[in-house]
Amino acid sequence: MISLSILEAGLVNGLLTGGVYALVALGLTLIYGVLHIVNFAHGSLLMIAMFGGWMLVSWAHLDPYAALPLMVVIMFVIGWGLYAGVIGRISGGDDRRILLATLGVAIVLDNLALVLFTGDTRTIETPYQFAVVEAGPLLLSVPKLISFGVAIVLALLLWAFMALTDTGRAIRAVAREPDGARLVGIRPGRIFALSYGIGIACLGAAGCLLLPSFYVSPQVGNVFVLTAFTIVVLGGMGSFPGAVVGGLLIGVTESLGGLFLGESLGPIGISLVFILVLLFRPTGLFRAAR
Amino acid sequence: MLRYWPILAVVAALLPFASSSQFLVNLAMLTAFSALLGQGWNIACGFGGLTSFGHAVFFGIGAYAVAIMQTRFGINPWLGLPAAAILGAAAGAVLGAAAFRAGLRGSYFALVTLAFAEVFRILANSLDITKGGLGILIPLHPSLPNFQFADRRGAYALVLVLLAVAMGIAAWLRRSRFGARLVAVRENEDAAAALGIPLVRTKTQALALSGAVTATAGVLYAQMFLYVDPNIAFGAERSVEMLLVAMIGGAGTVWGPVLGAIVLHLIQDTARMLIDTPGFAPMLYGAILLAIIAFLPNGIAGLRLPRRRSAREEVRRA
Amino acid sequence: MTLRTTTRRSTLAAGAAAFAGLAMPAVLRAQPAGIKLGLIHPVTGPLAFSGNQCRIGGQMAIKDVNEAGGIKAMGGAKLEALLGDAQLKPELAASLVDQFAEAGAAGFTGCYASSLGLAATQAAAKYELPFSIDSGVADSLTSRGLANTFRLFPSASVCVNGAVDELEGLNKQAGGPVKTAVLVHENSEFGTTTANTLKEKLPGIGIKVLDVMAHATPTRDFTNVVLRIKEQKPDLVIISDYLNEYVLLIRTMVQQRVPSGIFSVFGGGFSLKFAKEQNEISEGVLDFNNWWNTKAPETAAFRKRLDAAGVATTYEVFFGYYAVKLLADAFERAGSADKKKVIPALAASTFYPDMLPYNPTKFANGQNEGAQGVGLQVQHADVKVVWPEKFADAKAVFPRAKG
Repeated sequence: MISLSILEAGLVNGLLTGGVYALVALGLTLIYGVLHIVNFAHGSLLMIAMFGGWMLVSWAHLDPYAALPLMVVIMFVIGWGLYAGVIGRISGGDDRRILLATLGVAIVLDNLALVLFTGDTRTIETPYQFAVVEAGPLLLSVPKLISFGVAIVLALLLWAFMALTDTGRAIRAVAREPDGARLVGIRPGRIFALSYGIGIACLGAAGCLLLPSFYVSPQVGNVFVLTAFTIVVLGGMGSFPGAVVGGLLIGVTESLGGLFLGESLGPIGISLVFILVLLFRPTGLFRAAR
Repeated sequence: MLRYWPILAVVAALLPFASSSQFLVNLAMLTAFSALLGQGWNIACGFGGLTSFGHAVFFGIGAYAVAIMQTRFGINPWLGLPAAAILGAAAGAVLGAAAFRAGLRGSYFALVTLAFAEVFRILANSLDITKGGLGILIPLHPSLPNFQFADRRGAYALVLVLLAVAMGIAAWLRRSRFGARLVAVRENEDAAAALGIPLVRTKTQALALSGAVTATAGVLYAQMFLYVDPNIAFGAERSVEMLLVAMIGGAGTVWGPVLGAIVLHLIQDTARMLIDTPGFAPMLYGAILLAIIAFLPNGIAGLRLPRRRSAREEVRRA
Repeated sequence: MTLRTTTRRSTLAAGAAAFAGLAMPAVLRAQPAGIKLGLIHPVTGPLAFSGNQCRIGGQMAIKDVNEAGGIKAMGGAKLEALLGDAQLKPELAASLVDQFAEAGAAGFTGCYASSLGLAATQAAAKYELPFSIDSGVADSLTSRGLANTFRLFPSASVCVNGAVDELEGLNKQAGGPVKTAVLVHENSEFGTTTANTLKEKLPGIGIKVLDVMAHATPTRDFTNVVLRIKEQKPDLVIISDYLNEYVLLIRTMVQQRVPSGIFSVFGGGFSLKFAKEQNEISEGVLDFNNWWNTKAPETAAFRKRLDAAGVATTYEVFFGYYAVKLLADAFERAGSADKKKVIPALAASTFYPDMLPYNPTKFANGQNEGAQGVGLQVQHADVKVVWPEKFADAKAVFPRAKG
């Protein structure tokens, strides 16, 4: 039997976890919305971001939250360079080849991490890793509350960037009509690289926010990536508010699915929601902010 | 000269039978098996342009079908082949009917297949009939009537037979009206619809056919390695293998998956043999993959000289 | 890797010859080479860490045997490693067996994961080559009648029974504080089998099982599981999990202030590192697992070697080490590396792994009946053996030091 208090707790907990998922999905939705491809390397790049954060924390003794802005910049450079130097260059702009290229990049990165860090699992120790906020009978994890808040701020920032800046407008133009954008003097190749860079920069933030409550290993990206795809589709590809709402919905679905179906069968809820949304509302809950 | 290369390929495929080396036979078998998986994917995804990320679902259905049939109901595993083909076709039909009716294309279709495979993986992990995460161990009784091969040459022969059938289907697609319709749908759905081609039905039929072929590969796998668990059967890695083999080799061609399987296995196996330090071999494999994508835009089959008219051009001329 | 002892050249030759499609085995066997052993592990992919630990252990054993003069009964013949990465693909494990068998391997060790072990032992059985399993706890590895397969280490059921014995013993000593338990396990083979056995046996020792919760791997968030545990207020939470989920689960339990004692059977994340680096959550946690004999005089020196090489001390290294040693000893006993002589020598072997906390070795159907797991507890940021008494170096604080 599931008591009401557990149900409440499950709901709140699902929302908090959903915030983390939204973080991972924000970058993916941007890449999806602009390049229209499934970025297979997303999980691997999250892993790289987490290892980057882990190095800054355990070698340079930074606080993970202090490492965050640094990792955002580093991941932007990595993402931008990866697209400009590898993915874009070898794929010739062909969707099918971009997809294969991201797959190839994922294989290289996963094994690079294995070579550099071995397959061992790492965690970091912070003074606040077990800190909780007491909300009635609930104990809410502080690191999770922080990542929840940052997810929303980040989504707002991205939305503002896309809506209010010239670069943002250029990205939207390319996402909609690459040929037309070229005519007005925008170079789609550069915009693609820029969008990929921004999408991956989001992972820099996600990685650092995950560190205090999660672990890092070369395989860690796979833990999140399928869920992130689901959120992107659910929220509407390319939509930042969609990614946040989708993330929260998926978090709650997973949490309640686990409560009602058990943690073994529970994850099926995510895939079922995903399939149903695709079949009945393939545009997602939100239209992309184009 | 180049016109005779399929004959050369057949001779090369038969060579391992003359060898006493089980290892060599095994390499050939695993390569042919990859080619079979790739061809299964290629039938719907190469010819029909239906990029699937979840073809493991058909593979897993076949593998679990034969495993459950014999361990639970004592049915001879040879009957697993037709049974799996039927189940695979049914799964393809259901998935196709649902997805295509909803108008899913491109990455949307890719993701729905991915989720479909994930649903099956979770079910296999949780249900009693599949023994959950325990997986199913098929008792070891090597004999031909029992569909277990003491000598790898037996298994290899069977893989080759199924591969030949799958390639026959692919060749038929190139020649038949159904195949022409499928290619037309791939090239331009609106134009195909204007010509009166039933989009949903054509694509669904292709997916069912593809599902049937892929499911028989699952049966072979279960009978060769005698153990199936949810990740082996429905894991995303298997789907990726199929897609890579077909796409690297040349999607929508009869020989593409064969070429893809040979090249990818050569790279992978050689790298593994030469490099012992963990991680370096797959890293090299990934890098070579990127190089192939960069330099062979149409896959390895696109290299062929003199270039025959591709299906793409045929449609344009039609 | 500083511990490399491989002859990469032999692997290379095997590969080259195979691709040329030549009569390779004859060529290689004609060389006056040493005794080749195939070491098959998952050194990339999700199990890379553990698989590599096994491999390192195996390589150390080969080095030790060779430095001590090789196989003396064979005129000091040296051992050579053929290294194989099976990732997590049974078909690869089987393929590597073929490859190494034809490169002239006299025996195999591997494969850490049970699913790989099943495929590899079966492939090796076709050549009737001896296979020494180094981990891979599934009972089915040795219970399906393969005459070539030997396991010096305990099977899952032996460990679970041992864990039940320990629980009964500790509970009695402490005056029976534990009356209820909740089981949490990952839902693949190892967690499921373990939990099923526990569920069956715990009532017999006076512990009521309140709930059994299976979860998938990976599970990203354990808050719900922990909340349900909290609601049921068990005296003990019993976990069988892989590394990552184990750590996440215990972290969440600490964060949500669950007062229950924590006991695990094969706690995947239970290690020296866990005790040292995550002491905030690990202190007092009990585990029944594979471990080494902390009291054996050889152990300290071995651990120093591992530290010097920058290798973490985990039981997998010991297992990889002794899996090879078992084969080397059998070559010595048989006076030959011929499979027809080695397999009977293994079946009759009384080889005792000095650094492991076992009873005298006796093989029955390929399984060493002297093998066992031990009860462990994190005390003062270190892992102590607390059960059975013969190997214990500390007393258990049961069910948990409440802080």
